[in-house]
Amino acid sequence: MQQTFVQPEFRVKIDYDKCHKCGRCVQQCGWGVYDFNERPIPHDEKCRACHRCVTYCPAHCITIEKNTLAFRDNDNWSTDARKAVWKQAETGGVLLTSMGNPRPYERIFDKLVLDACQVTNPSIDPLREPMELRTYLGRKSDSVAVEPNGTGGFKLAGSTGLERNVKLDTPIIFAPMSYGSVSLNVHRSLAMAAERCGILMNTGEGGLHEDLYPYQDNVIVQVASGRFGVSPEYLQRGAAIEIKIGQGAKPGIGGHLPGEKIDREVSSTRMIPQGSDAISPAPHHDIYSIEDLRQLIYALKEASGYKTVGVKIAAVHNVAAIASGIVRAGADYIYLDGFKGGTGAAPQVIRDHIGIPIEIALAAVDQRLRDEGIRNQTSIIAAGSIRSSADAAKAIALGADVVAIGTATLLALGCHLCQSCHTGKCSWGITTQKPELTRRIDPEWGAERLTNLIHAWSHELQEILGALGVNAVESLRGSRERLRSVGLDEQTCRILGVKPAGL
Amino acid sequence: MMMKPASVAPPAGVIEGYRYVAPSIERNGDAVTIDATGVYYQQLNDAVRDQIAAGAKTITLSGVNGQRYIGCGLRVSGVKVEVQGCAGNDMAMFGDGTEIEVFGNAQDGVGNTMSNGRVVVHGDAGDVLGYGMRGGRVYIKGDVGYRVGIHMKAYEKLVPVLVCGGKARDFFGEYMAGGMLVLLGMNTRDEAQPIAGSFLGAGMHGGVIYVRGTVEPWQCGAEVGITEASEEDLAELRPVIEDYATAMGMDAAEILARPFTRIAPMSHRPYAKLYASM
Repeated sequence: MQQTFVQPEFRVKIDYDKCHKCGRCVQQCGWGVYDFNERPIPHDEKCRACHRCVTYCPAHCITIEKNTLAFRDNDNWSTDARKAVWKQAETGGVLLTSMGNPRPYERIFDKLVLDACQVTNPSIDPLREPMELRTYLGRKSDSVAVEPNGTGGFKLAGSTGLERNVKLDTPIIFAPMSYGSVSLNVHRSLAMAAERCGILMNTGEGGLHEDLYPYQDNVIVQVASGRFGVSPEYLQRGAAIEIKIGQGAKPGIGGHLPGEKIDREVSSTRMIPQGSDAISPAPHHDIYSIEDLRQLIYALKEASGYKTVGVKIAAVHNVAAIASGIVRAGADYIYLDGFKGGTGAAPQVIRDHIGIPIEIALAAVDQRLRDEGIRNQTSIIAAGSIRSSADAAKAIALGADVVAIGTATLLALGCHLCQSCHTGKCSWGITTQKPELTRRIDPEWGAERLTNLIHAWSHELQEILGALGVNAVESLRGSRERLRSVGLDEQTCRILGVKPAGL
Repeated sequence: MMMKPASVAPPAGVIEGYRYVAPSIERNGDAVTIDATGVYYQQLNDAVRDQIAAGAKTITLSGVNGQRYIGCGLRVSGVKVEVQGCAGNDMAMFGDGTEIEVFGNAQDGVGNTMSNGRVVVHGDAGDVLGYGMRGGRVYIKGDVGYRVGIHMKAYEKLVPVLVCGGKARDFFGEYMAGGMLVLLGMNTRDEAQPIAGSFLGAGMHGGVIYVRGTVEPWQCGAEVGITEASEEDLAELRPVIEDYATAMGMDAAEILARPFTRIAPMSHRPYAKLYASM
């Protein structure tokens, strides 16, 4: 057999003087790195540097190092580029990878800074003053009328549609990740945490497992091109319905869950045969125009009793015009996913080279909808590498109502960004369906960690609002005057609607 | 004056040729006739749901002229809806158990993402019929358009069946993952057309397509095998044809008098070797 040219990326080193020979590393590794013959013997080429063995080694005797094998320096042909050519020459395949784009594109969030109050306009102490993080997802009326409430005050008159908005206690929700791409225990953790935090989780395109029915008021159910798991009951159960058109990590690319991951449970949740590939191509075959999209939006509304229906798209060139069409098609919210967003599986070339940053897309869409006078007709969810509460605050200042987090939630559950979700061998039990691995996530433990994360970011958002001297997150939305750029070029500043620092 | 968004509660009046008013209804025991003439789909479908909730078992919609979403998301069994006229897009979409019979043509998306139930159309139908359909039966008497039966899929005991009596355009059964798709080529408006267009069964990885007559390999996706239907195949097909013939008032023996071509996937994993893991 032909020897591969691709050398191991990492070196697994065991200090055998300290090693207990307990075999824990052998059990913990989902990648099959270790053999055991009186002591664990690693096969470097299988290691993904996920640190599961390192974390659970009782003797702390394992280290994983980058394989520093010298390649002749070449600024044009990086080592990774050379490895990719070798791999493709060996396999003839499309290189498949997962998680977000790791390439060093400019991180615009890191070049934006927030304002703070000083002398004349005092800041607010979030420890003593109420800070309103509550927000509502959905279409807001063009105007409202009030009528007497009978006790000397007023109430909203008639049906304004506002009652169909979905209430969020904090402007952060969990991004769509399908059952199939992640394990059921991950879905349980997300659903429990969403309920506790008063926010939403999202089924992705894999259907809603019946174990999640008790959390249905905190679940967005997704409808993608494969229509996996979509039945009238599924539509009735969701708090909102989302049509998935695109995903930031792979704009214009569909989903493909390999047949070996379609076990009985995944099969019954997706409502597809066991063992067959689950293919959901990028186009919905009943959507070829904005009018077709409108038809699907209203079909979903008719079937669900006029629930909130949103549309998820990837951030791409000319996204503002697309978003305008989506609002006019009747979408109650637009989910914008930037090109650094994560994925369970994508061709590497797509993930790393297609799409635009969420910051740019968000600012362009918000401005376009304001210019057209239809910004109130939709909410905007921004996603695609929201890494911290600071990113969340900056996204809200650029025009988002809500941010969605995916990779950050998986990190909270143990993910070490080894970027190998598509293999289905995740040692942390997150992106796998192997029972011996999925049981590593205890839903109660997972829910607690996710709840902690949301609470921590929410407190930080309150601190940021206090520093800005506003007491409601809705006052920050689209408030670009409170942002400045450090080191962004003039054109980017203009699109973002943000002044350079010093002005 | 309070403005209301059109999607929530449209104002009364004539917009796009429809009236946003409740239709007039005639009751006769558990049989109901609803006059759909010029009535907007929201009011029409509200009336259908109200009548089902009030115990109606047979609902006749008269004067239908392109109203969308008839029977959309209905989750009842033992109720029959009769449509007099031309049914609009997405009829029986997300349907789950209801029986619908159309005495006229239907537009696009009949049985879209349908879970169960039975739809009979005594005329032609448009594009994307049975998209993502995972149960129930859809019978069309005449010709159908493009992208019919895309993504049809079976699941446990739910096996969808879609029979088209006339001819079909391109992408018939594309990405099909389960169920049975039948094309008869009999009650067609256009004898000069081939029985099916191109890309028949492209990306197909489950289920079976039966065509009454022959198709050329160039018309089909690369993933399928084309054979003449055997006796075992006909044993599977015969009860479907008999049911269809009864629903359409046709002769099953005449339909079965010509040989059928069977088109089925060669692999449940057509794209398994396309990728290399980094």
